[in-house]
Amino acid sequence: MSASRDTTRSPLEPSATSRRIAAFLIILYASIAFIPMVLIVSTAFKSVTDAISYPPKIISEPSLEGFVNLFTQRTRQSAEYLETLPPPKTWYEEIVRKRNMVIAGPSRFIQRFVNSIIIGFGATFFSVFFGTIAAYAFSRFRIPLKNDLLFFVLSTRMFPPIAAAVPIFLMYRKLGLSDSHLGMIMLYTVVNLSLSVWLLKGFIDEIPKEYEDAAMVDGYSRMSAFFKIILPQAATGIAATAIFCLIFAWNEYAFAILLTFREAQTLPPFIPTIIGEGGLDWPAISAATMIFLLPVVVFTVLLKKHLLRGITFGAVKR
Amino acid sequence: MSDRTMAWLFTLPTIILLLFINIYPLIWTVYLSFTNYKANRRGVEIAWVGLKWYEKILTDEDVWLNLQATAHFLFWTIFFQALLGLILALLLNKKFKGHEVLTTIVVLPMMLSPAVVGVFWKYIYQPQAGLFNHIVNAIHNFGEFTMIGNVSLAPWSIIIVDTWMWTPFVMLMCLAGLRSIPDYLYEAAEVDRASKWQQFIHITLPSVLPFLMLAVLLRGIENFKMFDLVNELTGGGPGSITELASIHLKRAAFEKWRTGYSSAFAVILFVTVLGAGNIYVKLLNKLKEK
Repeated sequence: MSASRDTTRSPLEPSATSRRIAAFLIILYASIAFIPMVLIVSTAFKSVTDAISYPPKIISEPSLEGFVNLFTQRTRQSAEYLETLPPPKTWYEEIVRKRNMVIAGPSRFIQRFVNSIIIGFGATFFSVFFGTIAAYAFSRFRIPLKNDLLFFVLSTRMFPPIAAAVPIFLMYRKLGLSDSHLGMIMLYTVVNLSLSVWLLKGFIDEIPKEYEDAAMVDGYSRMSAFFKIILPQAATGIAATAIFCLIFAWNEYAFAILLTFREAQTLPPFIPTIIGEGGLDWPAISAATMIFLLPVVVFTVLLKKHLLRGITFGAVKR
Repeated sequence: MSDRTMAWLFTLPTIILLLFINIYPLIWTVYLSFTNYKANRRGVEIAWVGLKWYEKILTDEDVWLNLQATAHFLFWTIFFQALLGLILALLLNKKFKGHEVLTTIVVLPMMLSPAVVGVFWKYIYQPQAGLFNHIVNAIHNFGEFTMIGNVSLAPWSIIIVDTWMWTPFVMLMCLAGLRSIPDYLYEAAEVDRASKWQQFIHITLPSVLPFLMLAVLLRGIENFKMFDLVNELTGGGPGSITELASIHLKRAAFEKWRTGYSSAFAVILFVTVLGAGNIYVKLLNKLKEK
């Protein structure tokens, strides 16, 4: 028996062989699941011709054409006209010139990126702010119909966004909020409130009541106990909640595509519309996708411990 | 300030915002679902049409085809995600060297924007330049085929991407379930000379099951509402083969501008999701009691 050879191992510990098999299978799955990620990065650094070559090229000469195309608008010119121009001054002009084109100006990418940041951070701030105070009240006070209210808060998340989009579209049109930053910040604040309230209530529930009680005995008002005792204690939870809200607002697509057109359009509805000559410009789309996904990847790594909690609205704590 | 005042002060902003952007539109939707209103024709008098739209939707064969497409998508995504997720969790629970880093890598896809992921998968699925067909043909040569453009393959193209994205979620849930099992249960089983298989059936599975069910319900609700990924990947096509409920709703509301009709459809969807949501909350409470 293996137990005689390996007496230090508790019977609960998996054997070395089973560990090795498990590791192998997980690595296999991870490498297959990771192919699309690798492909996003590699396509971002391909030239337009390499990206649509047949058979697909796994390795190709690195090119910054995708990034140049992402940040600029270009127009095609005749060879005669191009010859009259002075030679390209910068490396990106050179890339564009090789395709018989000249740069006509910057693309809308940066403006859409800024929109994503304004709306994402704005909505995150408000949903975490209102969420924290509401969560504290739900956690500490006796509120009539508390459980019904909490379910009501959660049920708003069950409504399919497209279904909500019709009346919100009509309401925003009336109020002049369509395609505005304020309208989108308000909308995402509300959509995130359910997550924020439920998550933060869980975090605040974990802080012992005795902390505030002791502070209040020492002469603090409840309000100052909330600010000076609870807020610092809940800081990690608030940060995790904020990151979840930010990721949601950053990734949101359904409302964005239906309610924004120019002024307040964010990246998710914009990226699929990046076209080059003869269809979607895959290197530019990949470059945009890479820039767009990078913050989320960083946040996911930071959030590792709270991931499950965030996605189940605090139902599963680890 | 009394506790009561503070409770009101702290909860009111949330309740007011939800009333303004959630409840008011909801009531409006219910009202519109009984009218012939069209959002692109303003100034026309709104007429009451009663239950016309509800009747139309529930007897419309096309709507039933949409719901069938949704059911097909729901069933297979949940089936694959539950199966793969559970297996992956059991494997990761062996706690081999580097399992934490691998968990993070495996989990990444579910945090990404489904719409942006959807566009990129369109590239992966391209019949010629795409990597997917290339890999499939390397395993078994089917010749040239198209995942998104083919009537029988398109439903599977969205199932594959959704499974790729969300299997890690089910995995994390199952992993949480596995970690909640106290060691003494296995120790006692060892003392009783229960085989590994018996331990799995009588200890592991029953402890993981509530977590797995919660994961399935959450995925079910999410995929019932599925819009962004499919809208970008197939746009509901070819024809209306992958036109899931939400895509149908979007086409009716924002392309055909049948506001009354789409409001009625929205109400029907909402009632369905709310029913599932109620079950979810009950299950959640049971889980908390443990």
